[in-house]
Amino acid sequence: MERSLRSEVADGRPALSVHGLGRRFADRVAFEDVSFEVARGEIFGFLGPNGAGKTTTVRTLGTLIAPTSGTATVAGIPLEAENGVAIRERIAIMPETPGLYQRLSVTENLECFADLYEVPEPRDRIERALRAVDLMERAHDPCGTLSKGLRQRVALARALLSDPEVLFLDEPTAGLDPVASRDVHELIATLGRSGVTIFLTTHRLEEAERLCDRVAILNRTLRTIGRPGELRDQLFAKALTVRTIAPLAEPESVFAGLPAVEGWRQDGTGVYVVAVSDIEFAGPAITRALVAAGADVVTVSESSHSLEDVYLELIDEDRETGRA
Amino acid sequence: MRGLSRRRIRGIMRKELREYRRNPSLVAGMAIIPLVFLAQPLISVFAVSSSASATLRQHHELLYMLGIPALVPATLAAYAVVGERQQGTLEPVLGTPIRRQELLLGKALAVFVSSVAIAYIVFGIFLALVALFAHPGIPSSLIRGPDVLAQVIFTPLVAAWSIWLAIAISTRASDIRVAQQLSALASLPIVALAVLIAVDVIHATVGLAFVLGATLLVANRLGWRLASALFDRERLIASAK
Repeated sequence: MERSLRSEVADGRPALSVHGLGRRFADRVAFEDVSFEVARGEIFGFLGPNGAGKTTTVRTLGTLIAPTSGTATVAGIPLEAENGVAIRERIAIMPETPGLYQRLSVTENLECFADLYEVPEPRDRIERALRAVDLMERAHDPCGTLSKGLRQRVALARALLSDPEVLFLDEPTAGLDPVASRDVHELIATLGRSGVTIFLTTHRLEEAERLCDRVAILNRTLRTIGRPGELRDQLFAKALTVRTIAPLAEPESVFAGLPAVEGWRQDGTGVYVVAVSDIEFAGPAITRALVAAGADVVTVSESSHSLEDVYLELIDEDRETGRA
Repeated sequence: MRGLSRRRIRGIMRKELREYRRNPSLVAGMAIIPLVFLAQPLISVFAVSSSASATLRQHHELLYMLGIPALVPATLAAYAVVGERQQGTLEPVLGTPIRRQELLLGKALAVFVSSVAIAYIVFGIFLALVALFAHPGIPSSLIRGPDVLAQVIFTPLVAAWSIWLAIAISTRASDIRVAQQLSALASLPIVALAVLIAVDVIHATVGLAFVLGATLLVANRLGWRLASALFDRERLIASAK
């Protein structure tokens, strides 16, 4: 009932709407002029190197610290000092370190937070949250005896207790081994499918690429925003990689003048990267030209750029221009 | 107090009490101070012969025990904010809808209940030991109605003052031990005052009791406001680990 009322109020509005937001600490800029919107039910990745301002952004949107410039609405509520309690009732933040009471059991930790969120029927909620993170069997263990991965799961269960509209996850897999990271990824993906809006900060690019609908790259200022595929297309020209057994005698005569080919470069012995405007048009033409030239072709494949390439391109650009 | 959530206050209080029970160093700290304050008056009482009981009538030995509600809560409450900050639990708590007043009240109530209970129990043990084992004549010289009443009334007042001082220190400290030492130091004037009254350097009168009681009530009110004002959510988070 409570959930449906909240949904009615927030329907049609983005879960997060941020305009020119910034935070300074004396003369140090944590982040500035950040603007974006996150739709309800979206998993939004917030990427950036260490010190880029990701955690400060989360703390600001979570009303833990006040912005020094800009405006925002969080879960449909303006980000203003007097709305702090109302906003925090509708969101949950999972900080980078789980911050559990080590001497208390998993259930006791959750009981405390169920009281702080004033959740109705706390026992049921706690059980539901523990089932969601698959921790029922460890419910009575002191948190100090749990592995790092399990503690992270407890923190996630704690964040789920209040059935939040927006869930902020700050580096949820930091310091976890690959198996524990995979478990947390699966939990996040499951939450995403259930319709929770997730704001995920990370500097693990494969994590963002795997989980997020859209990503933003922050380096004090917002460098870019979009779907991972869109960002790749924005930053990198489409290209085909050609591999031949022996180097081509006259590559210029093979590639020049072919339809949809914009340029080419050699990238090692018998490897050529051909920039194209239309892969489906250029691919067959290049293959025919190679065969006609008598080349022993190994592969003709689409050059792939990962989100990591996008990220490194932007961060390197910032370093070169001295922006970061 | 209007608009504050009892459930949140109770939630913090319950969590604090659970943590006390499972923190051996806190339990040891809670046990040592009362033992010291129990031993000193017991030794002096048991060392006195029946013929010297008149000397006891001039003193108010029982008031030494006000050191317990002054010092036990100081060590516990000093942990309240800086302890959470150091163990990294403050940020998740402040990320919930809790108001700072609810957080501080929950923590203060947990310390108050524990330390007042300890002070009363130790006081009861002291009275029982004196009544059972002291030389004849000593119990009647030592255990006097006004002194017992003063102990009962001043124990919560002194404890509350000590708690607000320690929480105020805890909001600004960056290390638990420093906070505990400063809190104990800040509580010493009230212990010194109790000792001066106990040895009759300051003469105990009903009027003095009223003045001290009223002063402590006002001081507690101010202490609560001071601790709330010093609790700066943003500073605590921005400087958190």
